[in-house]
Amino acid sequence: MGLSELWFVLIAVLFIGFFFLEGFDFGVGMATKFLARDEKERSIMVNTIGPFWDANEVWLLTGGGAIFAAFPHWYATMFSGYYLPLLVVLLALIARGVSFEFRSKVPHSRWTSSWDWAVFFGSLLPPFLLGVLFTSMLKGMPIDQEMNMSGGFSDFINVYSIWGGITVTLLCFLHGLHFLTLKTDGDIRSRAATLAKKVVYAVLGALVVFVGLTWFMTDVFQVRLVPELILVALIVVAYVLSNVFISRQREGLAFTMSGLGLSFTVLSIFVGLFPRVMISSIDKAFDLTVYNASSGSYSLKVMTFMALGILPFVLGYTIWSYYIFRKRVSDKEHLTY
Amino acid sequence: MDPLFLARLQFGVTTVYHFFFVPLSIGLVFMVALMETLYVMKKKEIYKKMTKFWGHLFLINFAVGVVTGIIQEFQFGMNWSDYSRFVGDVFGAPLAIEALLAFFMESTFIGLWIFGWDRLPKKLHLASIWLVSIGTILSGFWILTANSFMQHPVGYTMANGRAEMNDFFALITNGQQWVEFPHVISGALCTGAFFVAGISAIQILKKKKVTFYKLSLKIALVIGVIGSLGTAFSGHGQAQYLVETQPMKMAAAEGIWEDTDDPAPWSTFALIDTEKQENNYELNIPYALSFLSYSKFEGSLKGMNTLQAEYADKYDAEMGEGTNYIPPVKTTYWSFRLMVGFGMAMILLSLVGLWLWKKGKLESKVFLRFLIPAISFPFLANTFGWIMTEVGRQPWTVFGLMTTADSVSPNVSSGSILFSIIMYMAIFTVLAIVMVYLMVREVKKGPEMHEQVDESVSTDPFSKVGV
Ligand code: HDD
Ligand code: HEM
Ligand code: HEM
Repeated sequence: MGLSELWFVLIAVLFIGFFFLEGFDFGVGMATKFLARDEKERSIMVNTIGPFWDANEVWLLTGGGAIFAAFPHWYATMFSGYYLPLLVVLLALIARGVSFEFRSKVPHSRWTSSWDWAVFFGSLLPPFLLGVLFTSMLKGMPIDQEMNMSGGFSDFINVYSIWGGITVTLLCFLHGLHFLTLKTDGDIRSRAATLAKKVVYAVLGALVVFVGLTWFMTDVFQVRLVPELILVALIVVAYVLSNVFISRQREGLAFTMSGLGLSFTVLSIFVGLFPRVMISSIDKAFDLTVYNASSGSYSLKVMTFMALGILPFVLGYTIWSYYIFRKRVSDKEHLTY
Repeated sequence: MDPLFLARLQFGVTTVYHFFFVPLSIGLVFMVALMETLYVMKKKEIYKKMTKFWGHLFLINFAVGVVTGIIQEFQFGMNWSDYSRFVGDVFGAPLAIEALLAFFMESTFIGLWIFGWDRLPKKLHLASIWLVSIGTILSGFWILTANSFMQHPVGYTMANGRAEMNDFFALITNGQQWVEFPHVISGALCTGAFFVAGISAIQILKKKKVTFYKLSLKIALVIGVIGSLGTAFSGHGQAQYLVETQPMKMAAAEGIWEDTDDPAPWSTFALIDTEKQENNYELNIPYALSFLSYSKFEGSLKGMNTLQAEYADKYDAEMGEGTNYIPPVKTTYWSFRLMVGFGMAMILLSLVGLWLWKKGKLESKVFLRFLIPAISFPFLANTFGWIMTEVGRQPWTVFGLMTTADSVSPNVSSGSILFSIIMYMAIFTVLAIVMVYLMVREVKKGPEMHEQVDESVSTDPFSKVGV
């Protein structure tokens, strides 16, 4: 494996990490409007992700940075081509980020509920739009000889891409519900489990339709039939198992399964793309690949050393911080006051 | 409207806005970490109150710093895609390393610090805030490595029609970096110091919690002296480096059209006429520019007209006949003056403060009243510093290699950029109002209130709702 292939893999790992981690805190953010009965419950939910969400978001920033460093052309084509959807993602992430810090600073219900709407939309829009983005990348976008992409409305917004967005959103939502069953207690915990048991059907349904659409709309299954079929099977198994586990109150395992489901989904996108990073709908010859979009080998070597040196530490203290905050965010604690 | 103009406007607005919060975060978290160290060492309750009170203000600021930074990470690709293609090989690496090394550290340990008051042993809790502080400084280091490359490209070779990295070590030992980084960090320390000093001054004048704020003020004065003298020394280093690497920027910053006399005087005030390429009125301090540029009282500097001819020889082959290499002179000249002016004012204020402290007259009303408007000085100096650095580099984004005009995304319409500027401005305005409102609120609540709130409602800042 050459260095540019290795970096494709590392970037896939960063995005899998991002969806595994930020996926659940997006889901929790969405759940604040579906699951919480009152302000206090919403606070408990937000508190479950309090110490983590910022570091989780850094997986996306690092993914973006890694694309920039390892595949400058990919970075340039994708970020300028998806200008408006990305603008919305950024605005949503901005609103969401400050809401966590600000929502409880003023004990006034109008204040808090305004920021809670920002938490909700800030958690709903990014996974949806990132889903749209990745789906349309699989399908191919109008990329010209100069590697510049200039898509029209229907390139971004069509049945397939919207369905991709909905699917990713649902996956995150379910993952967040599982996280809540792990980190809360009492009523919220059981309600989250009940809702998760329903949502899993929507997830499976959405995935089946998505696979069907992918079969017709992209060349993914032609290019990589066997690996993709295996991944689809793994995804389905993961979600079925997650439902089995949640029914038996094995919340940790259920959460792991929905995380795996998300991870395999992201992986299947990267497997389908490889060795391309951006597919041109105009002409195959204009595709961006890991070979024609990458940095020089010196730069990749430096980056490889740095990444392999730093990443173990990052993983170490990340795991440690989840260990420190392993306790359930207790309902009782709040009721005492 | 011209997409180039809009993209530049957008970059200026979003980075300058980001950089209002960045130096305050870097400076304030350093001071909060010092305060918590004092608490752990001396075990006095007042230091804990201090840590919490200033820590709360820091967190409000940090939140805005983080979210405005997210834009920065992506906007190179969005608005400057040709730039990204051209230098990504060199420039992407420090950005990615910044995220891996600094952002993960900051964000994880800030979570541990906020939520860990009761869950971590004291020393680990203290270590967390120091790691956040180190994280912010590392973040500055790597992004400035990237910026230094744009000021003074090193460690690259031209291949495949773009700049490719061939010496990483040269990139991080860039001379530009080692004058720029200390300067920016000193500026950040000033920002933290004058923020704490100003707020303390207001409260002392109002006779609120005088002991608490006087102690805070003393800490701030120490950091203020270090920071403001630090900016002057490192700024001097930058000026010397600038004369060698970007003489045109220096000439513009000084408003010199023709070569100067030897020794060269420093201009404090000039009415510049860019059309006629001359200054109508000048007020100069003899010898000072020679000293600033060479650390001795002799030596002359080249003027813009000489440099224009030199640059034409060197770059016209690539840039085309008749290219103008002179940056916007007045902007560069005046932002330099303003930065240095505010810097001098801060040196003066912090030294006077030390002197009053020694005399036991720190409660002098006149002095305290001066400290209030001085809260804005470091913010202004920082902003003008960046404007000088970035505007003075024009017409290039990467000095000598790539022009700003060639950097812009060819496939993004001016409508899209205009729309995004409007959206950013709108959200920035809301953020600014909310942030100031929250800070004022926290300050009014004061340190004591915090203890009560904190003890009654668990350790989670998010759960204070409904109390
Ligand atoms: C990594 C690169 C980088 C970094 C760290 C900075 N800049 Fe810069 N700056 C640029 C890269 C750049 C640029 C891409 O090169 C721009 C965009 C267009 C241009 O002329 O230069 C620029 C332009 C630019 C402008 C507008 C100049 C003009 O259009 O004439 C301002 C006011 C600033 N910057 C200010 C800042 C501030 C406040 C920064 C601190 C956060 C900053 N820059 C860091
Ligand atoms: C234009 C180039 C810049 C880019 C691409 C950039 C990128 C970012 C990003 C993505 C974040 C958010 C990180 C998180 O979520 O934790 C951030 C925050 C931060 N950046 Fe920047 N930044 C730029 C300029 C600078 C400069 C010049 C400095 C310092 C000298 C700096 C220092 C910081 C610090 C300390 C933070 C922490 C958050 C805070 O400010 O409160 N950045 N930056
Ligand atoms: C007191 C005397 C000062 C001198 C002689 C000085 C000198 C300089 C010079 C020459 C530059 C341009 C470097 C370049 O373009 O390569 C610069 C930039 C800058 N200055 Fe200052 N400065 C002073 C004070 C301050 C103060 C007090 C602050 C902030 C609190 C500050 C903040 C900045 C910033 C943020 C930049 C842009 C980043 C950089 O290039 O380092 N300066 N300064």
